[in-house]
Amino acid sequence: MQRWLFRKKNSIAAIGALLIVTAFVSTLVFKQELIGTIALIIASVIGIAPIALQAYQALRVKVVSIDVLVTIAVGGAFVIRNFEESAIVTFLFLFGSYLEQRTLNKTRSAIKELTEMAPQSALRVDEHGEIEEIDIDDVEVGDLLLVKTGAMIPVDGVVQSGDGYINEASITGEAVAVGKEKGSLVYASTILDNGTLQIVANRVGEDTTFGKIIELVEEAQDSKSDAERFIDRFSKYYTPAVLVLGAVVWLISKDIELAITILVLGCPGALVIGVPVSNVAGIGNGARHGVLLKGSEVIHDFRRVDTMVFDKTGTLTVGNPLVADVRYYTKDETQVSAYLCSVEKESDHPLAQAIVSYLGDLPTFQVSDTDVIKGGGVVATVDEKRIVVGNVALLASHNIEIPPQAEKDIALFEQQGNSLVLAAVDGSLVALFGIRDQIREGVKKNLARLKRLGVKNLVVLSGDNQGTVDLVALELGLTEAHGNMLPEDKAHYIKQLQHDGHIVAFVGDGVNDSPSLALAHIGIAMGSGTDVAIETSSVVLMNDDFNRLPHALGLAKATAANMVQNIFIAVGVVIFLLLGLFFSSWMNMSIGMLVHEGSILVVILNGMRLLRYRLRN
Amino acid sequence: MAKATIQLEGLACPSCMQKIEGATKALSGVEKESVKVLFNSSKVKLDFDPSLISIEDIEKAITTVGYDVKKSQVKA
Repeated sequence: MQRWLFRKKNSIAAIGALLIVTAFVSTLVFKQELIGTIALIIASVIGIAPIALQAYQALRVKVVSIDVLVTIAVGGAFVIRNFEESAIVTFLFLFGSYLEQRTLNKTRSAIKELTEMAPQSALRVDEHGEIEEIDIDDVEVGDLLLVKTGAMIPVDGVVQSGDGYINEASITGEAVAVGKEKGSLVYASTILDNGTLQIVANRVGEDTTFGKIIELVEEAQDSKSDAERFIDRFSKYYTPAVLVLGAVVWLISKDIELAITILVLGCPGALVIGVPVSNVAGIGNGARHGVLLKGSEVIHDFRRVDTMVFDKTGTLTVGNPLVADVRYYTKDETQVSAYLCSVEKESDHPLAQAIVSYLGDLPTFQVSDTDVIKGGGVVATVDEKRIVVGNVALLASHNIEIPPQAEKDIALFEQQGNSLVLAAVDGSLVALFGIRDQIREGVKKNLARLKRLGVKNLVVLSGDNQGTVDLVALELGLTEAHGNMLPEDKAHYIKQLQHDGHIVAFVGDGVNDSPSLALAHIGIAMGSGTDVAIETSSVVLMNDDFNRLPHALGLAKATAANMVQNIFIAVGVVIFLLLGLFFSSWMNMSIGMLVHEGSILVVILNGMRLLRYRLRN
Repeated sequence: MAKATIQLEGLACPSCMQKIEGATKALSGVEKESVKVLFNSSKVKLDFDPSLISIEDIEKAITTVGYDVKKSQVKA
């Protein structure tokens, strides 16, 4: 009976509307007041049934809900035989909650889309090789699963056999096919574009990377800031207080009409729902654009950020150094290149690798007597020639003379922020390489956007030498640059900034910068959805995309502003209604309910605007 | 102590949260402090003692105050 009533709430509202129209038509047009009154009484009775039932259940668990206020108010209207008001109020209340449900579902849609991307079932291969489709909840760690072309990877696991290409967009945000073979790691919710794989489950359900992302977003949309917790506490006492007020007014004035109008006007609606609605829409927008904002507390802090600190390597720069410039001091470039390529292939140092990739595929020689000098370079014999490749100090220690032209080149390369690699064959200098890390695409433009969004200080901290860091800062227009910093120095620097009263955001790759990420007011991890990044930071840029950073900041600001607007609307409406009650003659229960439901819809629609938020250029 | 995540039909009014909170906290065997009603994702998360109360009883308490349970998950 009860569930039937709840389910039929919408039909009841529709019937109520029909009856009310009938009543007005019969009273005003056909002058049949009796029929009109009966219609209104029926409308009130069926309308109040589900509301009263909910009120009763709320009271049983000691909660004075809005339903309680409305039920008493409608009861009061019955007592004073004002059936017109009781019918209209119940109808508006039911119709309002229907619209609320509809619009709320819309605001929640962005996050729902995300959760619906989760895998639902898996194909398990048993010990006899038989394949069975099972529910995702029944998959256990260690199960062998079959994934066919076009299907979703159901768990985090390791490829046991087969190969194929996987679209990992749901985890990394990048819709690029990644090749997988035996031993490769695969992630739940990614899609096998082609091929067939058998995988062993490592992590299932909520423990998978995707599961964690979903849980994080779900927790985030319902996490509460201090302001919201205050509103919650407030509304817990507010509704009973309205009830008491209504009773007091009734006792003093003996005016039931006035007392029940207060009950309806006092319904807290927009105030309680306004802030969560902004929150869910803002976080939903982020989730759609690869920006995970961890809750409304984060939004509030992020909005106020005035200082952004960046890690250099991997954040502002690409992270793998490339050869930017070369000078040869020999006529036989091809021969020398082949020698160097052969020697540098022996080392896995990033600078050596940069040279190898620059020189390309050359015929290589047999290398012997290789000696890798830590912090210096490599010495080896190739084609019966002694090759020395390394920094200035290494060449000096081998008494290799640097000609004046080379001295000039070295000075120039250093000035441009290059790391230097020199090469000598049989004691004479043959080549000089200038190697530097490249600035990521679009970084400069996005930093300018951040400035326009109100970030005053843009700081780069790096383990690199001061010269290199200064050059990056100059090129990007940063306000401060500090080199030679260890992870603990960075953390210390952030502490100092906070001590000076700055609201600091730290942007790093989330792996080696966890102390700074955790320490800053807002830790922003540029990561491809790695666990560490998700856990230690307050904002995650899913696809390692610097472009998302201004969007994230702009969104946080827009969401915070939206919350303030909603609070203003809600409080404004209550003040408006109270003023109307005391200083005008037109205020009654029905208008109160209409304005009240209207204000709820206005705050929801206002929140929904956030779903479409884009950063303007 | 077992952990339950109960998925409900979409919650529309914040006073629903208070009702569900009240209904579940009143059950003996449910850890009061652990009860968390997530408004936007329409979920209830709580810890309970399976020797004192079953998940079915918890679901029933929520249905009684007027909210349909879609699905629940229990982790020991």
